[in-house]
Amino acid sequence: MNKKKSFLEFISEKRFIHILISILLGFLVGAIFLAIMGLSVGAAYGRLISSVTSLKGFSYVIVYSIPYILTGLSVAFSFKTGVFNIGCEGQFVVGSMAAACVGILAGGVPKILLIPLCFLAAMLAGAIWGIIVGFLKTKWGINEVLSMIMFNWVAFYLSNYIAGFPAIHSDGTAEATKNISENASTLLSKGVIDSLGLCPTANWGILVAIAATVLAWFIIEKTTLGYELKAVGSNKFAAEYGGISVNRSILTALGISGALAGLGGALQLMGMGSRISIFSSQEGFGFAGIVVALIGCSNPFGALIAGIFYGALTFGGSKLNLVGAPTQLINVIVGTVVFFIAISIIFTRLRFLKKKPKPKVPDKKPAEEKGKEAASE
Amino acid sequence: MTNFVNTLGIMLYATLIYMTPLLYASLGSCFSEVSGVVNIGIEGMMTAGAFTGTVVAYFTGSPWIGFLCGGLAGAFFGMLHALATVSLGADQTIAGTAINMLGPGIVIMIAKVMFNSTDTIPLDASMKIPRLFRGVFDTSTVFGRFMDNVFANYAATYLVFIAALVVWFVFYKTRFGLRLRACGEHPQACETLGIDVLKMRFACVCISGFLSGLGGAFVTMAISNQFRPISIVGQGFIAIAAVIFGKFRPHGALLGCLLFGFCSGLKVVLGGSSGIDMQLISMIPYVVTVIVLILFVGKSRVPSANGRPFIRAK
Repeated sequence: MNKKKSFLEFISEKRFIHILISILLGFLVGAIFLAIMGLSVGAAYGRLISSVTSLKGFSYVIVYSIPYILTGLSVAFSFKTGVFNIGCEGQFVVGSMAAACVGILAGGVPKILLIPLCFLAAMLAGAIWGIIVGFLKTKWGINEVLSMIMFNWVAFYLSNYIAGFPAIHSDGTAEATKNISENASTLLSKGVIDSLGLCPTANWGILVAIAATVLAWFIIEKTTLGYELKAVGSNKFAAEYGGISVNRSILTALGISGALAGLGGALQLMGMGSRISIFSSQEGFGFAGIVVALIGCSNPFGALIAGIFYGALTFGGSKLNLVGAPTQLINVIVGTVVFFIAISIIFTRLRFLKKKPKPKVPDKKPAEEKGKEAASE
Repeated sequence: MTNFVNTLGIMLYATLIYMTPLLYASLGSCFSEVSGVVNIGIEGMMTAGAFTGTVVAYFTGSPWIGFLCGGLAGAFFGMLHALATVSLGADQTIAGTAINMLGPGIVIMIAKVMFNSTDTIPLDASMKIPRLFRGVFDTSTVFGRFMDNVFANYAATYLVFIAALVVWFVFYKTRFGLRLRACGEHPQACETLGIDVLKMRFACVCISGFLSGLGGAFVTMAISNQFRPISIVGQGFIAIAAVIFGKFRPHGALLGCLLFGFCSGLKVVLGGSSGIDMQLISMIPYVVTVIVLILFVGKSRVPSANGRPFIRAK
């Protein structure tokens, strides 16, 4: 085995190398677009980097990344278990709304109780939203992608509808709910923020996100439940034969995935938004989750890192117009990254380029022997 | 009575106009899915078509050139999707997600550079897709008014029904259609019979992009008169839903689009007068879809090889 060959093999096998190459290519394509538009690549990318590397900028990045980490986790979890949770968007929205209802209506409850209560309500709402879809699939065989798309919109309008309730709707003219109670907020105290020089919405939601990451990893890798879910994900017929109830697994997977997305909605609300606006179109946290999960190789820790990366791009991108570059450049870069991740499967074929196996001779012999054995039996 | 007939006419008109973009995209989606390539990038292709259509119409002054270029822009992103999924064997869901980011990302960025705003400049009425039967019907009678309401539609609406018929014919009455369906069911068998599966799929995904682009262009050149970032939002996914609803058949997809169009029409008619909350009315199409699926349609059979990249044996 010479060194060059093992290097090629290394590239072809390591998934994170593919992702890194994809990210580089994404920025390269972004640079080409900038050049075509006659803008300075250095100024734009310099701005992107400088805006996320200061302490204040980085605290913004962390705050921005919290919902993306959770939705990314949600989708990654569903990928591992063989379901494509495109309904993450809806689960995020109902989770957010549930947390808002609790945070507004039960505002008098002490902080130490109210915050877990909000989390719980959000996770429950998200889980129910996921399980309904699972139930439609297991009971009536309705395609889950279809019903998830439907439920995303139902969640969206439901949230707008609930936001209009007099008990919740803002007293002012704003097309939004009231602000949630101080007791439900995860913001750091004003003193801490000022003394450290963090962004005004700095909150400890990231700790919850990290805990959720570890938990998701633990469930997938270290528990019987996770093993069963993965088994159903990789081959449901084999799993069923092995005595695993496929239907129950689908419901469980969607429930957990939905709960993660719902928690994301709660964290976004309690840390950053503090109220829910009546929107005219979907916000896209759930759809971003798909991207985050893909960049993170459908791995919980991958989703954590990818979520922060996505948060950095979103926040950095919002500063791009200061140097005259369009904010949408970020979507182009991320889209390109995902595109190259999709085609990075060709890297796994690199090793075949290198070592041409002796054509078919070794294949043929065992086949013949097998044939003989079968004949002799 | 007169009132009722009027409302019915408006209702039909709204149903037709709202189902048109969905039907274009759904027909496109049929091509891709039936040939065995999952295409969740419809949304991105529609957005590209929506922007390109308005911009070309704005600069050339011709709605039909704009409409066609909208389709071509969609086809370009279809080609990207085909390149990744068919030629390189990439994961179809991931590639589709990339298209959904790239399509809107690129066109909104171009809009920003060209118009210094994410919206394009509104089109004049002459640059929009023409209405065919304007003033043909005598509006003094109740029936005439009804007909005038219904047929106030844009030319591309009638075109999409012809397109649906053509697609149905191609799918079920031509050799190309038979091969196309076979590619989605059992590509290996096709290859054995000398059908170039990769070429077939590549073509189908490009066609799907073209039709989606037309659908997108209809939104910005007929329903509205300018491109905005939220012009398309969600319609691509609804089109996919209509296809799954229609069990991956063009005539089924037409029914699905009709349902969504009808519900949108209901929204228009009920919206002003009924006193029911607008948000609840907006929810109707999605809830109705699920209920209809449970009660009447049931399980949708996905083409066997759908979603699996075909890698040719050496």
